[in-house]
Amino acid sequence: MAHVLLRHRDIPDIHKLEIYKKNGGFEAFKNAVTKMKPNEVTDVVKNSGLRGRGGAGFPTGMKWSFIDNKNWPHYVVANADESEPGTFKDREIMEGNPFQFLEGVAIASYAVGANAAYVYLRGEFWQIAAFLDEKIAEMEEAGYLGKNLFGTDYSLKIYTHLGAGAYICGEETALLESLEGKRGQPRVRPPFPPSYGLYGKPTIVNNVETLTNVPMILANGAEWYKSMGTADSPGVKIFSLSGRVRKPGNYELPFGTTFRELIYTHGGGVQDSRKVKAIMPAGASSSLILVNDDKILDTPMDYASVRTIGSDLGSASVIVVDDTVSMDWLINKTVHFFRHESCGKCTTCREGTYWMSHLTERIHEGRATRADVDLLLNVAKQMQGKCLCALGEFSTMAVVTGIERFRSDFEKVVKA
Amino acid sequence: MSLAEKYPKEVKQILAKYPPEHKRSAVMPLLYLAQREEGYITKAAMQDIARMLDITETDVASIVGFYTLYHDKKEGKYRMQVCTDLPCALRGAEEFLNNLCGNLGIKVGETTADGLITLEAVTCLAACDKAPMFQTQGPDGIKYHEHMTVDKTLELIEALKKSTAEAK
Repeated sequence: MAHVLLRHRDIPDIHKLEIYKKNGGFEAFKNAVTKMKPNEVTDVVKNSGLRGRGGAGFPTGMKWSFIDNKNWPHYVVANADESEPGTFKDREIMEGNPFQFLEGVAIASYAVGANAAYVYLRGEFWQIAAFLDEKIAEMEEAGYLGKNLFGTDYSLKIYTHLGAGAYICGEETALLESLEGKRGQPRVRPPFPPSYGLYGKPTIVNNVETLTNVPMILANGAEWYKSMGTADSPGVKIFSLSGRVRKPGNYELPFGTTFRELIYTHGGGVQDSRKVKAIMPAGASSSLILVNDDKILDTPMDYASVRTIGSDLGSASVIVVDDTVSMDWLINKTVHFFRHESCGKCTTCREGTYWMSHLTERIHEGRATRADVDLLLNVAKQMQGKCLCALGEFSTMAVVTGIERFRSDFEKVVKA
Repeated sequence: MSLAEKYPKEVKQILAKYPPEHKRSAVMPLLYLAQREEGYITKAAMQDIARMLDITETDVASIVGFYTLYHDKKEGKYRMQVCTDLPCALRGAEEFLNNLCGNLGIKVGETTADGLITLEAVTCLAACDKAPMFQTQGPDGIKYHEHMTVDKTLELIEALKKSTAEAK
């Protein structure tokens, strides 16, 4: 099947404006601006069932329809902060198929009445930001961005903005704070960005992959999009496959593809022909899936099915953990990540990740007793539901499921 | 010399990106500009940026302190930032970093005697399928180096040494 998002794998040089145009590029945007009302564009996206690809899976069209039309101006912000350990898909889109992403930003902007859009990239994507700046300049030159587009009174500018190394800025209100020139710390919600966003104005924040779907949905229709994937999760998804597999990488597949197909058919199987012990389907934020029964691998990867096996699909960054790995090592890794990335605003997360890291270290180094493992589990569970944003919550996922589902790994390392 | 005097074109371009009444948004790109040459941000540069954006020096310092890619003291000309997060660690990143430390004779967080390289362990860089990997942060911005080995890294360091010597 031809790619919908990673089209550079089928069409060489699609990052060049002429080639993108030859393959239907900017037709959807032009058609929207010249022939459709903004709310009609939103309706197509709503009907397609497109859900946000950043991790939360919120219906995109519905988010757009929440924009507050009594307060102006409006903004669109593309979230290119891609920082979840195990996620590397947005980067490939922007490097390989940049115009389709930027056309998605443009269509979203038209749909919600924004005349300015920002692409917020993580600071490490320095080279990608420079590349996007070139692409934006080419679009301006060709009349796809700027004043009075296609002879209408609609105008749009797109700007890039570089972060500077903070996982928390992937959280949309922290991202907006950062874009406003402040420390990237989440806001108390509600109000949500569609009513109170950038500079206090109504703002739609969408992930890069989400926006890259939009031109294809407008060009081919909602029904076409729904013909792929599952009823609960329509369309295609880029699965970032990493960890102990032979062929790690991005694989664009319909929702509902099984873990087995991803890992064995596309990923070439587990390194050294070991067994899959656990899967983290949403990067470091995952609840660990215990693979003690081979049938688990036949679970379809869509939002609803992954929930039935005690986890969440999230951003679909699938980290494969084999049977050489012990969970005391693994949770020590994830907890240290979250401790480092905690923004420090809420006590639960700042102190919780700190104390958890002391416990995971002690356990991993063989200095702990069984009571310390129970204490760690207790701290993690007490944090749940009490954090200002999802980061604190995420920090507890691997800890709780690691201990509860892989208890014997901990029994082996504690002192009697 | 102030940033605006030193880089008039860049400063103008940066400020044009944001609504004039929200020029504070320019603090992050301006800090990158201030850091370009020396690899760290001086107190004077922070004062300069604060004045330019009508915010306090404390505001600027709080940004520098919060984000990991801004630095407030002089270290190696290039920062070699090796990802050792979970996905990379599952593909040999820790072993790679240990071997690199051994070869360079420095520990994580230290700088080589010639002041060229500061070695750091960092969190996920979105290149989990290309581990072991690191980025270099230096005067020419940030660059990714993927599918790395110790030998390839030592070659890269030699090349950086050479280009630094030639520039002098």
